[in-house]
Amino acid sequence: MRCFIGIDLGSTTTKAVAIDEHQNIIGRGITNSRSNYDTAAKIAKQEALVNARFYLFRQALSQSSALNGALEEFLAQLERDFRLEQFLVQFTDLEATCQRNAEGERFGDASKAVLSALSELFQRLRIEAPTLFAPGAKRRSDFFRDIAGSRYLALGEEVAKEGGIRYDMLLNVFDRSIIEVENRDYGSAISANLLAALDRTFIALPETASRADAIRAPIRSVLDTVLEETYVIGTGYGRARLPFSKEHIRSEILCHGLGAHMMHAGTATVLDIGGQDTKAIQVDQHGIVESFQMNDRCAAGCGRYLGYIADEMNMGLHELGPLAMKATKKVRINSTCTVFAGAELRDRLSLGEKREDIMAGLHRAIILRAMSILARSGGIRNEFTFTGGVAKNEAAVKALKDLVFENYGEMTLNINPDSIFTGALGGATFAYRAVVEEGKTAEARE
Amino acid sequence: MNTTIQMTPAQPGKKPVAEVQKEDAMLLQKEMLNANYKDLASAHDQGRKVAATFVPGNLNELVMCFDFARSLPETNALQNGMRKKSGKLIMDAERDGHSEDVCTYVKSDLGMMLGGEIGPTGEKLPTPDLLLLSYTGCFTFMKWFELIRQKYNCETVMLHTPYQGDGKITQSMRDYIVKQLKETVIPTMERVSGVKFDIDRLRQYMRESAKAEDDLVKVLQSAKNRPSPIDGYFGAVYYIGPIFTAFRGLPEATQYYDVLRREIDERVRNKKGPITPDGEMLEEKYRLVVEGPPNWTSFRDFWKMFYDEGAVVVSSTYAKVGGVYDNGFRHDADHPLESLADYCLGCYTNLSFPQRIDMICKYMDEYEADGLLINSIKSCNSFSAGQLLMLREVEKRTGKPAAFIESDLVDPRYFSGANIKNRLESYFQMIKQKRAVAGVVTAH
Repeated sequence: MRCFIGIDLGSTTTKAVAIDEHQNIIGRGITNSRSNYDTAAKIAKQEALVNARFYLFRQALSQSSALNGALEEFLAQLERDFRLEQFLVQFTDLEATCQRNAEGERFGDASKAVLSALSELFQRLRIEAPTLFAPGAKRRSDFFRDIAGSRYLALGEEVAKEGGIRYDMLLNVFDRSIIEVENRDYGSAISANLLAALDRTFIALPETASRADAIRAPIRSVLDTVLEETYVIGTGYGRARLPFSKEHIRSEILCHGLGAHMMHAGTATVLDIGGQDTKAIQVDQHGIVESFQMNDRCAAGCGRYLGYIADEMNMGLHELGPLAMKATKKVRINSTCTVFAGAELRDRLSLGEKREDIMAGLHRAIILRAMSILARSGGIRNEFTFTGGVAKNEAAVKALKDLVFENYGEMTLNINPDSIFTGALGGATFAYRAVVEEGKTAEARE
Repeated sequence: MNTTIQMTPAQPGKKPVAEVQKEDAMLLQKEMLNANYKDLASAHDQGRKVAATFVPGNLNELVMCFDFARSLPETNALQNGMRKKSGKLIMDAERDGHSEDVCTYVKSDLGMMLGGEIGPTGEKLPTPDLLLLSYTGCFTFMKWFELIRQKYNCETVMLHTPYQGDGKITQSMRDYIVKQLKETVIPTMERVSGVKFDIDRLRQYMRESAKAEDDLVKVLQSAKNRPSPIDGYFGAVYYIGPIFTAFRGLPEATQYYDVLRREIDERVRNKKGPITPDGEMLEEKYRLVVEGPPNWTSFRDFWKMFYDEGAVVVSSTYAKVGGVYDNGFRHDADHPLESLADYCLGCYTNLSFPQRIDMICKYMDEYEADGLLINSIKSCNSFSAGQLLMLREVEKRTGKPAAFIESDLVDPRYFSGANIKNRLESYFQMIKQKRAVAGVVTAH
């Protein structure tokens, strides 16, 4: 089947969206951008196409009525099992890479001890791996680097102590190896992992095992369907790295404008807060960009600000919003400078302010900066759509709602649960238009 | 005695073998500017006095009547910027106590003084004998010369140009300037130089100026053609060099503009696009009007972001910074002092917001531009204020898309190439998209 794909290569994450010939979103994929955009683009695209398979599974299985009433539960389990399989493939690679990187003269007399500590560590990690993907399990992030890294660090310390080696030796091995592993492509293992995941799912949900053949048949037929990458449009900071011609590249401003319009057709003003920039975009009724403003000389108040705060607080990025929502008091933070934020934070803590109140103040500071960029772009018009990674943060959203109301009055504020994919959706829509409306065919990189 | 700049007519065979392509006139102007630095460096040895003055409101014809060698601090700063020397100079000035937010032309100049006045070409520049503060709207100019005066304790004379707040030049404004010229400026220059003022000599320079001005206007207006044979911003920077600096009024400048105009006429006849450092621009995709000076430290990278995308600047307000001639003003030998007054009053920096907006809208219309781009200068407090309002008003009046980027004059720290490129590409695509939509609408 024909798929139209948009890839948004952001500074923090790379997102991909696949749409079909009816402009239905069939798949979304996201990965961390690493410092390797080629791999990030490839993996995000693979993820979107895997996600598209699940979309097609759902369609096929609901038509076959093989899972009457139990479809959602089954697919959720299958997805978790698939993630586990994917994780294990990379995990096995990580283990081999770590062993390889620990060999030789690097650790001198401690070499043997390091190797055996690594064996022990990976054994423990392997045992606990399924629990990471169990129903209801909480993960800081879905990226392999983060999941494997946080557990490696957590268990590594005690293993090092037991093995009588220095902890930093294990850290050193991990740091060297993770870069190699996360830049490798595991696309060829996807089908096999899905089938292996299916076996796990039948074990986890024994009541479905009796209908295994009726379930397998539509899944196999979906797996046999070729998902043709009919046209791909790239956007975001890494777009120039995409392996195709300039015709396939659009600025993220245009993609965000169009993506927001596709998500919410009444959109007039778009605010996008990404990792390193904040964009205020005005679009017309067709999603065409009329004007835009961005932060130019300074990235104060962008998503990285929150990332930095999370590091300072030793928290996960996703934990900041929920903490700030517990605030009972307004703490005013004026500086939106990312670097100064750390000092502001420590200063307020030393004054005895509560962490949640400070967090709420920091979120408000980010939004204040965005309000100024919005004002520069011509203000907020109805409807107003908020996109980008920061739109997922409930405390940022709350601060935005308050400030929009204070400054512009009642507005329809659209926040799509998938807003992080706005740019990629715009890209996919441009890809669709290029082929279906403009009759273009894919071009190779010049 | 006057400065005579030996000019070697540009010959194709004599061009240096370099990757960067330049028009003959660009090479010629570089020779002229370099010759002026040489002339400045040796002025004191030759017993000549040196006057420093600013580009907007530059009274070159008058200054030459007193045999002064002419030094232009902004030009020194921008030349240092283009030669990648300004970063260090600015940091030196900051170490000396000047804040991060001060105009970077000023800091580059002060840094150069601290380093022993070694000019952009490596020659030592003389300390000025006279600071001619021709004030035409930039309030920083006053503080700048105040600092230089403090350092060198040199004679300073100010010519105050009243701001065109109401958008017009009145007779009393003109009289006010003429009075200052007669009673203060000219007597001071006579005293410092020891040369008696000769109004006929001034008239003669002005006749030359007017000829060069005619040609300059023709060159800049050639961008009304499609394709435009010139870039009215990046290319124009080279074209305005001689006339806005130490050469206006000299036959050399007249000759330069004659050569240039012929070169451009030829390009128009052959329907050629502008010459960029990477060669001739073959396809003109976007026509822009630009407000604000270019960034000098990354000048070529900045330009490349335009020509790589097929964007040509058809007109810019910056190309008028040393004199607005396309509204008909010419130096007038029959009314020399009044004409100097009109020149100062009409400087772009002395225009009100409505005048600047009208001028941009007129350019958008006459040059058939696709949009307006504002490059707002971080350290320029005089001219960055109000630029967003101008942008909105131009958008409203013309219905054409506008964009806003920020960089700086000569502080390399404030040029974020990746970000600016990103904005520009977005802007060009936005124009393309709007054009496509307009095309569909028209077709229906």
